Amino acid sequence: MNQLINKNLYGDYGDKEQASGTSGMHNTAGEWPLWEVFIRSKAGLDHKHAGSLHAADAQMAIENARDVYTRRMEGVSIWVVESKYIHASDPFEAASMYEPANDKVYRHPTFYDLPDELKHM
Amino acid sequence: MTVHSFQEHFDAKIDSEVMIEPRDWMPDDYRKTLIRQISQHAHSEIVGMLPEGNWITRAPSLRRKAVLLAKVQDEGGHGLYLYSAAETLGITRDEMYDQLHTGKAKYSSIFNYPTLTWADMGAIGWLVDGAAIMNQVPLCRTSYGPYARAMVRVCKEESFHQRQGFEIMMVLANGTEVQKKMAQDALNRWWWPSIMMFGPSDADSPHTAQSMRWRIKRFTNDELRQKFIDVTVEQAKLIGLTVPDPDLKWNEERGHYDFGPINWDEFWNVVKGNGPCNKERLEARKKAWEDGAWVRDAAMAHAQKRKARQENKAVKAA
Repeated sequence: MNQLINKNLYGDYGDKEQASGTSGMHNTAGEWPLWEVFIRSKAGLDHKHAGSLHAADAQMAIENARDVYTRRMEGVSIWVVESKYIHASDPFEAASMYEPANDKVYRHPTFYDLPDELKHM
Repeated sequence: MTVHSFQEHFDAKIDSEVMIEPRDWMPDDYRKTLIRQISQHAHSEIVGMLPEGNWITRAPSLRRKAVLLAKVQDEGGHGLYLYSAAETLGITRDEMYDQLHTGKAKYSSIFNYPTLTWADMGAIGWLVDGAAIMNQVPLCRTSYGPYARAMVRVCKEESFHQRQGFEIMMVLANGTEVQKKMAQDALNRWWWPSIMMFGPSDADSPHTAQSMRWRIKRFTNDELRQKFIDVTVEQAKLIGLTVPDPDLKWNEERGHYDFGPINWDEFWNVVKGNGPCNKERLEARKKAWEDGAWVRDAAMAHAQKRKARQENKAVKAA
């Protein structure tokens, strides 16, 4: 299956090695490394993926992330991680990967048919 | 799975409005179309900083200066969101820069017109950003995830760009005779190029049908152009300026404004590189890139040196 796919995959989700490894077409040697940026919009919330950017090192990545992704006070905390360190699940295996959850509707509270008179539950 | 069933799976997703994400299978032409469109869009943001950057030091007040600076900074940011989105499709940043600098990639032709007076800052914000927003709002629902997410961010930020431009025009239009004339002159010069920003008419737009099928585009060039004209003509009336089109007339039956013929020769001429500022813009970009080379190299060298120093320290401590 893999041979059918041109894995030019790069950025936003990591596995950069795979991208340059299979195609070999893209020379990124002269570029600053790619970083993924995660931002906590306010205390109490999770950091959420905001986008990516290029920077020479982590400190510059954080400073650039401030300028690129928080010009309107969108964040109180920034995480950056070099994109190549992110490993992602394979979308081609999504069907089998998430299959175990498919037939377990009883994990949801709405599965249980209880009388309307029942309160506080 | 065969290529055929990959295609069927892709089509089914598109038809049911499921977004396509970077690692999903997609037809090569879908990928190529997106790379072309997103990188062109990114280049437009970056080159779009030039005509305005020219006016930052000459803005008439500190308030105007701060606003223009913020707008230009946003445009740099928008270019960066879009370059990142394009990179998820397998093109590198350097490849895109190279395509821009060698003239292989296009950017919006509107930025090849000169900005002659302060009123041009008003006209650009009002008309050029207005047209861009008209184009961009439907792109928030475009079928490629990273592009759609970038556009959501762009659209959120772009609204002030148009409003500050209209405000400049409004103040000038309510000012002295000379100021009013300046505003009208800017409208006269920017109106038609803004109308052309929506691209060739549907009959001459070879990519439209396929892009609509792929739900990259949601409306055709002509539909968006008409929408823009309908809303903008009313806005011009509000501040007492005249849209420079003698054929402009409300058509009751269509529920739209009829407008005069567009000078497509001029449009294609500017696209092909013969606009008033094509050469200047490209040279400014190339110069910025080349002059910045030592900064990029120095930052890399500094990062490597610092990393080596830290590793050294760790070894000594152990």
